[in-house]
Amino acid sequence: MSNVITDKDGVKRYLITLHVNGDEHTILVKGNTTLTNALRDQLDLTGTKRGCELGDCGSCTVLFDGRPINSCMKLAVEAEGHDIVTIEGVAANGELDAIQQSMINHAAVQCGYCTPGMVLSAKALLTRNPHPTEPEVREAIAGNLCRCTGYVHIVEAVLAASRGDLIPDDAKHTMAGGAK
Amino acid sequence: MYMPDYEYHAPGNLAEACALLGELGGKVTVLAGGSDVLHKMKIGSLAPDHLVSLKNLKELREIRYEQGRGVVIGALVTHDGIYRSQLLQEHFLSLPMAAHTMANTQITNIGTIGGNIVNGSPLADLPPILVALGASVKLVGRSGERVLPLEEFIVGPGKTVIAQDEILTEIVIPDQATTGSTYKKFGLRKSGALAVVSVAAAVTVEGGTITDARIVLGAVAPVPLRAKSAEASLKGKKVSDAAIEEAAAAAAADSRPISDLRGSDEYRRELVRVFTKRALRKAIDEGHV
Ligand SMILES: Cc1cc2nc3c(=O)[nH]c(=O)nc-3n(C[C@H](O)[C@H](O)[C@H](O)COP(=O)(O)OP(=O)(O)OC[C@H]3O[C@@H](n4cnc5c(N)ncnc54)[C@H](O)[C@@H]3O)c2cc1C
Ligand code: FES
Ligand code: FES
Repeated sequence: MSNVITDKDGVKRYLITLHVNGDEHTILVKGNTTLTNALRDQLDLTGTKRGCELGDCGSCTVLFDGRPINSCMKLAVEAEGHDIVTIEGVAANGELDAIQQSMINHAAVQCGYCTPGMVLSAKALLTRNPHPTEPEVREAIAGNLCRCTGYVHIVEAVLAASRGDLIPDDAKHTMAGGAK
Repeated sequence: MYMPDYEYHAPGNLAEACALLGELGGKVTVLAGGSDVLHKMKIGSLAPDHLVSLKNLKELREIRYEQGRGVVIGALVTHDGIYRSQLLQEHFLSLPMAAHTMANTQITNIGTIGGNIVNGSPLADLPPILVALGASVKLVGRSGERVLPLEEFIVGPGKTVIAQDEILTEIVIPDQATTGSTYKKFGLRKSGALAVVSVAAAVTVEGGTITDARIVLGAVAPVPLRAKSAEASLKGKKVSDAAIEEAAAAAAADSRPISDLRGSDEYRRELVRVFTKRALRKAIDEGHV
């Protein structure tokens, strides 16, 4: 952190480089800028949501060196040199990740506010443990509060993604229901 | 939710960090993971002039075994790091299990063992089991280092004996004769809940007789509290339901709970009795340390 600008009130701003979704971004932040705010307000990565801003709800979840953290509880200046993945970095080559597709298939998204964090927590889980049990899925998303779905469809979606079962539910109904 | 302005510092090594902490004037706060510090700054209960980050002190992120000393845990090891440590699982499984009762994944990946201790909260989950296991802490300052029992380090809610220029670098759990230990926490939800009451127990059982016992109560006193009369009641006794019941009742009497939004003092005292009983049973029956 060699580049520091001090304003007339003595407040310092630091030129930092963040590695986000495989890209390097050099931005100017204050010492008290949270990672959430740097991502949203400076990099326009608004998929990372601001919810409680106190570490409880998980809507600001990002992957930090592959591990889920609440970005509202991390200073941007502390994120330099770490590999950050936001929800915008999950789909590759224009194709949704299996977890994202599965969330759609299982109607696991209602208002959607919890969804980016939910997907990233699930992504971290499946990367470490490709075939989790239901309790393992529930534990992995325990820090992601959802006020809409009741979690059942979300858990089903993650388990289906882990099985590689990505046939949409309505397609299954058509197959089961025959030629209706 | 915004935080007050402060000057941010990230010293390159331990010596630099101690020197800086000693030199800086005004209100100075050390930053480890930040899960308590950011929380306090956001709710307005902390407004430092300087924040000194420990992020460059990479050597404080390790866990190792040292012959003759025991397991040495760097202060910057995260709760998730404690939970996943093979070494700790082999030597002191009750510590990873305690780390597993904490917060949620997104916080256990941020919060550190050092922060959990220096924050000094009576509700913190790691100090009770660490005190039960006889852990000590190493503090490094400008003019040298000192080692003291964790039990003497935390002196009140949010209060420890750390000096302004000192950094907690290591937590050491000594080799010991303990045959079983455990940490039992009662929270209001399965995940992400702070302790209403917690009980840590470490016992030594030889040929069916309890030769040593340490019982530490969390969230029912200004500091993690040794239930001394409960401990004394067990020593020299044969393992039996009656001995455990008696110790549990003594622990309840030893506790000094308050009433707050998570439970009344009466309720907490009863929880101490029940959880002491369960903790002792588990420590005696499962026989892992
Ligand atoms: C949503 C949420 C849930 C939580 N749930 C739990 C829970 O279930 N159980 C629990 O016990 N805690 C819980 N906590 C509290 C917190 O996560 C822990 O206390 C954590 O261990 C703090 O570590 P940290 O590295 O984040 O500390 P920081 O916030 O960085 O620091 C905490 C304090 O310790 C000082 N400090 C830190 N490291 C050192 C050091 N090496 N030397 C000197 N001083 C130091 C700091 O100056 C500060 O005063 C929760 C917090 C949040 C936000
Ligand atoms: S906004 Fe970060 S945890 Fe709620
Ligand atoms: S879909 Fe609305 S909070 Fe989860």
